[in-house]
Amino acid sequence: MVDHAGHVYLPGELICNLKESEKTSKILVGPGLRQDEESIIVTKCGLLRFKEPNFYWIDSHLKRYVAVKGDPIIGIVAAKAGDVFRLDIGSSDLATLSYLAFEGATKRNRPDVKVGDIVYAKCMVANKDMEPELVCIDSNGRSGGLGVIGRDGGFMFQTSLNLIRKLLSSDCILLKTLGNGMHYECAIGMNGRVWVKAKSVSHTIALCNAISAAEYMSNEQIKAMCKKLTNALAGF
Amino acid sequence: MCEMMCELGQLTRCDGDACLMQGETCVTTAVYGPTEVRINKEILDKATVEVVYKSKVGLPGCAEKMFERIIRNTCETMILTTAHPRSGINIIIQEMQNSGSYLACCINSACLALLDAGVSLKFLVAAVTCLIDNEGEIILDPNSKQEKDGKALLTFVFDNKDFSIVTVNTKGSYSSQQFKDCTSLCKKSSKQVFEFYKKSMEKLLSKDNFVK
Repeated sequence: MVDHAGHVYLPGELICNLKESEKTSKILVGPGLRQDEESIIVTKCGLLRFKEPNFYWIDSHLKRYVAVKGDPIIGIVAAKAGDVFRLDIGSSDLATLSYLAFEGATKRNRPDVKVGDIVYAKCMVANKDMEPELVCIDSNGRSGGLGVIGRDGGFMFQTSLNLIRKLLSSDCILLKTLGNGMHYECAIGMNGRVWVKAKSVSHTIALCNAISAAEYMSNEQIKAMCKKLTNALAGF
Repeated sequence: MCEMMCELGQLTRCDGDACLMQGETCVTTAVYGPTEVRINKEILDKATVEVVYKSKVGLPGCAEKMFERIIRNTCETMILTTAHPRSGINIIIQEMQNSGSYLACCINSACLALLDAGVSLKFLVAAVTCLIDNEGEIILDPNSKQEKDGKALLTFVFDNKDFSIVTVNTKGSYSSQQFKDCTSLCKKSSKQVFEFYKKSMEKLLSKDNFVK
């Protein structure tokens, strides 16, 4: 039943009596859970989460990213190899990014990407047997914010994957609250990388510190911190 | 069972780590993975598990290699290696203090570090050491002095699914009845180790539940 949610589970433990969907009497299991014949077995250590009507998954603290299809990712160009760029995305393999997967790119008009550039891309192919494949366009051929970022300033830093999930969840007010006090741009990659750019270096540093400090804060604490931060930046 | 204490997440660069103290014996383990792996060690359909054992002083010899092999085989059975093909999971075990029941402490700390790293596992393992002394008495978690005087030293590793034996490592001579007695005694105390894992992870993850 729903009571399972929020408890810590260890690998090898069985979970029984999960809530099934009323129509199909099925359970959908996500990361950290595995079906073994009739029962559900835990494979990762973490808190069990539940979402209506029948979704279950394990929320675990990973430091190492494993590519998932559809994830926005911040990669660093490690090499140029013929038709593709090879990007370090922090997982076990380098990811590939075709030079045609940019907005307005054609065979003749190659995108301007150099080794060491930071690229914000989406994961198109994520399969445990193949290397991840990235793109910087959507299905309409538009970039939608994807592409090479950070050419004119900004700063990228690494955080835990748990914090990234928190930042992107609809309950978290951090990015919105920070925006009340200052103007900034940011890109958040599911692989634990965050890129921020504000109008000055001190603002950027403040943003980085605020984001890294917010991992275990509640929304009230975040509000208080942001207020303090804007005051400090204004020189009070 | 002697008292167990652990610290998780003390090292910053690795994906998971654990410092485990069992009585006076202490081991630190770091886990990296899934990472890239050297081409000649790459396996097409599963992850390569590597264990590196670092003793406090001296160069690694045959005994250390044997030690690595035992831990590697134990870890490989518990890791869901098929979930990360063509990648590597590296486990580095650093001796801090060896005061007996050493193999058990190493395996338990490797298990905790794998938990901390969030590597997909089939089950958990708990290792327990016992000693048969010259009077035929069984002593759980012997210290190094007792180990020197004992007749046989047995280390058992159990899983947490149906508490079956994963690994056995023995030294010395013993009867089959004694082996059976040791197995059932160690099996009983392995449950305490699993409880310890659960308690440690609940403590580590409690701050998470508090926020959400």
